[in-house]
This record gives sequence, structure tokens and C-alpha cells, in this order.
Amino acid sequence: MRAQDLIVVAAKCSVITAFRNTIGLAGRLSTRLQPNHPTDDSRGIAASLLDGLLFGVGDAVIGVNPATDGVQDYVRIVTLLDNVRERLDVPTQTCCLGHVTTAIQAINLGAPVDLVFQSIAGSEKANRGFGISLSVLTEAHDAALSLGRGTLGRNVMYLETGQGSALSAEAHFGIDQQTMEARAYAVARRFKPLLINTVVGFIGPEYLYDGKEITRAGLEDHFCGKLLGVPMGCDVCYTNHAQADQDDMDALLTLLSAAGVTFVIAVPGADDVMLNYQSLAFHDILYVRQTLGRRCAPEFEDWLKRMGLADADGRLLEKAASGAIGSAIALIETMEA
Amino acid sequence: MMPDDSPSECDQLVVTDNLTRLRRFTPARIALGRAGSGQLTATGLQFMLDHARARDAVHAALDFEAIGQSLRERDWSVVHVQSAAGDRAEYLRRPDLGRRLSSSGRLAIDGQLHGNDVAIVAADGLSALAVETNLLPVLDHLRPLLLAHSLTIGSLVLVEQGRVAIGDEIGQLLGAKLVVVLIGERPGLSAADSLGAYITWRPRGGAMDSTRNCISNIRPAGLPPEDAATQIVGVIELAFKHAKTGVQLNDLRGTEAILLGGPRG
Repeated sequence: MRAQDLIVVAAKCSVITAFRNTIGLAGRLSTRLQPNHPTDDSRGIAASLLDGLLFGVGDAVIGVNPATDGVQDYVRIVTLLDNVRERLDVPTQTCCLGHVTTAIQAINLGAPVDLVFQSIAGSEKANRGFGISLSVLTEAHDAALSLGRGTLGRNVMYLETGQGSALSAEAHFGIDQQTMEARAYAVARRFKPLLINTVVGFIGPEYLYDGKEITRAGLEDHFCGKLLGVPMGCDVCYTNHAQADQDDMDALLTLLSAAGVTFVIAVPGADDVMLNYQSLAFHDILYVRQTLGRRCAPEFEDWLKRMGLADADGRLLEKAASGAIGSAIALIETMEA
Repeated sequence: MMPDDSPSECDQLVVTDNLTRLRRFTPARIALGRAGSGQLTATGLQFMLDHARARDAVHAALDFEAIGQSLRERDWSVVHVQSAAGDRAEYLRRPDLGRRLSSSGRLAIDGQLHGNDVAIVAADGLSALAVETNLLPVLDHLRPLLLAHSLTIGSLVLVEQGRVAIGDEIGQLLGAKLVVVLIGERPGLSAADSLGAYITWRPRGGAMDSTRNCISNIRPAGLPPEDAATQIVGVIELAFKHAKTGVQLNDLRGTEAILLGGPRG
């Protein structure tokens, strides 16, 4: 199949999920706000979070990749995200992308966990390499559901995949990486995720050598995910040891938007200062909304209007009202690190 | 230039925001402002420069002679080996080769003293700068701490074109109970000098990544080398106590941490 085949088929698929808002409606493109910080500093995370909200980013999820994998930090991060979300009354969901077993511990400690995250792969052996099994995922899914935090829906999982994960763990059994990737979506489907994305350029040139291969893989992954009925998004990204740059990201973002991608990921200025790779900038989201007319989730769009951040058509205003955001800045400045 | 194209007119196209005072809390590129939906020209140019620098860092070669010399001056016994990847281009394309020793490397390791508690491996990985900047400071703090725990350390193995998993083969050949791999992490735009430490109990070929513990972002402006050494020894202590590393050890660590301190904030 050519790129346009992957786009035309995927664009016909509809996958709708819900937690505190509705993801995947026609003409919509949601975004994950990824306010990572190299040492998980609470104020640093909150500062990037606020920066993203001002760009209208974050309706898919506000999700932090923690720098460490301890349960203490996990609990601190989800509590922080939940506090900011509640303070600003944002109709979205939050997530700390720690290991699923850490999430289970945090839930048992009473932490405010909206979505449980896990990286998954397309073979039992590769999943063992991630320290997971279907039964551990089931346990986590049940634990998250037991909290009953979703107001509009019960999709409580956030999953990540990417071509090459099985191969890099030598758990691919001689099968090509694209087939192994599609198998991961079959794992995902079982847990009715709110969101799933391929981290397409993250794994590096060992698996996807340059911008052209990253672009092709992004379209393949989105196509396969949609055919298998999962709410497929993409981290449009690359690492510094791959032959790619921001022009490749612009192209893939544009192609995926035409294909009806469920969501993409954005970080301040396209530079993830914790994971050390480049994703999309908040600005890039404005670009695709303006150029292709894709809107965010309706509940989130209503919030942007209420906050004085968007006009009646949902377009971001040149000058945001400062009221509630001003109080959020004050909140951050009084936070502990 | 049009007569009315004055700087003040241009400034009106630029949307600034009031988040600049939050910049002190994060190295992230926040409060950039925008021009329409786009970034300002200066922002875009700075990004391209930073990207070019990060690309250079990936391809910079580590001066193994100089590092080896400095280590010997500090009374380390040093073995310098190569992975099966012949050069940087092959290293980037063939991760499997970066995880295996070259045949000469294997011979060199075979000649070393066998059966120490801890094997320490230092590899260039994706950042020569990280190793140049942070290896010696980490080791200067790490060695006394390990010796204080009565743990024996063998020769330090320097690996050219190495990946994390090469420590499994090296640790196994050395008959070590545990291996610490100190390796240059993939350069980011804002930090090209991050060292990572990967700790694996009972190293052997084919070990899963879920059986390792990782301490990341070791650099002066991130996790300082002295603190990193303390954290590495903390993990090693637990690893020897429970005879495991990785996700299973994290489960135990999580429980102990909560019992000791309770969650912050």
C-alpha cells in the first residue's frame, strides 16, 4: 500500500472513547500535553503544563514521563497534576507514565490516578521485557476502573507502542517489526484504552533509519491501529542520532492529520528536556488546527472558551484573558519543588 | 522595506505571554511567544543550532587513550575493548553488534581476574562528552562507597562503540555478581552530556531490560556525579540484599520507601 492508501482507509475508521471528555469524534484532533522535567520538579512540570494549556493543548491527556520509577514520585506527580486540573477545572485526564506495577501500588495508596499507562509490545516475550503480562495489565485495568474517576466514560488505559520494540528485545521470532507492532494493538484492544500511540521515531535509526522511514512507519501504525479498532495516536518524533529534523515532523503531522489521527503529543518548543528527543511544539498544534481545521475535543473546546483562551469558533485568541491563569501562576510559585 | 514596516508594527504580530517568570523552574522551552501560529524566527534559529550541536555530539569520538591514562593515574586497572561494531555508522545501524564484544575484546576480558563482586563497565554509547565530563567524578565517589561495603571490584572495562547490554557479556565473562554499566546517553537539545548508569544482578547474555535498574541524567546540571554514586550504591546494596535487580527490585524499593517516608506533597 502507498501512503495515500494508508491515509484514505484510516480516515474512514471511527474510534470514539471517553473519560472526562470525548476523544475521536469526526473532524477532531486531540493532543497530549507532555510537561516533562529532568528531575520531576513539581514547579517545572506545572510551568510547562500551563504553557501548553495556553496553547489549547492537553485534551487527550496531560501526561508526565517520570525521571525515576519510584512510587513516591509517582504519587507526588499524579497528585500535582490532579491539583492543577481541579484548580483550573479542565475537562481532561491526567497520567504519570510510570510502570504499571507502580501505578497499582499508587492506586492502593489512594493516589488520584485517572489513566494507567503502560508500554506494550507484540509478543509475550517482549512484554516480559517490559516487566508485564496480560494478567498484570488486567489487574491494573481493574484497579483503575475501581476508582470510578471518569465522568463521561470508562476508558482508563493509556498505552504506548512502537515498531522495533520486539526486535530490540530479541523477542520478534524472526517476524518483521511492522507485523509485531500490529500484534501489540491486539493486546491493547483487550483493555479498551482511552488512548494508544506509537512513539514512532523514538526508538532510533537502528529500527527506523531516517525521516522517510519514520514517516512511513507512522502512517502504517496509525492505519493498523485504526483497522484493529483502537484510538490510535502518534508521538510524531525523532532522536538526535536519526537522520531526521523538524521538517520531517511537519510532514508527518500533516499526513497523519489528513488520515484522522486520534491524537498527537506536544512539548514546549518541541524539545523534551527529560527524554532528550524532539516531538512536536505547541505551536505545531496551532499550525494544524489553522491549516486543516481540526478541532480539539468538544468539552475541552468549551473550556477554552470559558477561560477566555478561544473565540466562539474555538480558535485560540491572540490575547488570552489572564484571570484564572494568573492564579495558576501564583499557585506554581508557592509550590514546593 | 515599506515605510510603515517599523519594528513596532512587527511587534504587534508577536503574541507574548506572561509565563516568562516561570522559566526559572524549568530548562524546557516555555513562554516562547508566537507569531500567528508559528514560532518566532529567533526561536527557530536557536533550535536549529542546538540540533546541529546535538548531532555533532552523537558523532564525536571519545579519546579512550586520555580517559585510560586518567584512570590509571587514579590507580584503576583498565582494560580497553571494542564491541563487534566496527565504526559509528555500523554502531547506529546494528544495535546487536554494539551489544557484543569483538573477538579481541573477548580475549582481553578472558585474561582478567575472575569472580569479583562488582564489575564496572564504561562505554561511549551515544555521547563521548558524557563520559569525558562525568565518568571520573562518578568513579571517584563510587569506589570508596563500594569498598566501604566490603565489595570487591575488578578491572574497569572501557568499551568502544558499546551498548548497555554489552555489560551482560562482560560481567558474565568476569564472573561478577553484579555489573554497573556507565554509558553516554543520547544527546538532547538542551543536554548533550548525560551519563546513564545501568545496574544488573547476575549478568548473563540475553538478560531482559526489565531486570536492570537505571539511574539517568547524570551530569553537573542534572543529577550531580556525587549524588549519582550514592544512588548507584543504594541500588547495589538492595541488589545484594535481595539477589535481584530491575522491576522486581523496584517493587521492593517502592514498598520500603513508602514505609520509611510516605509520599511527598
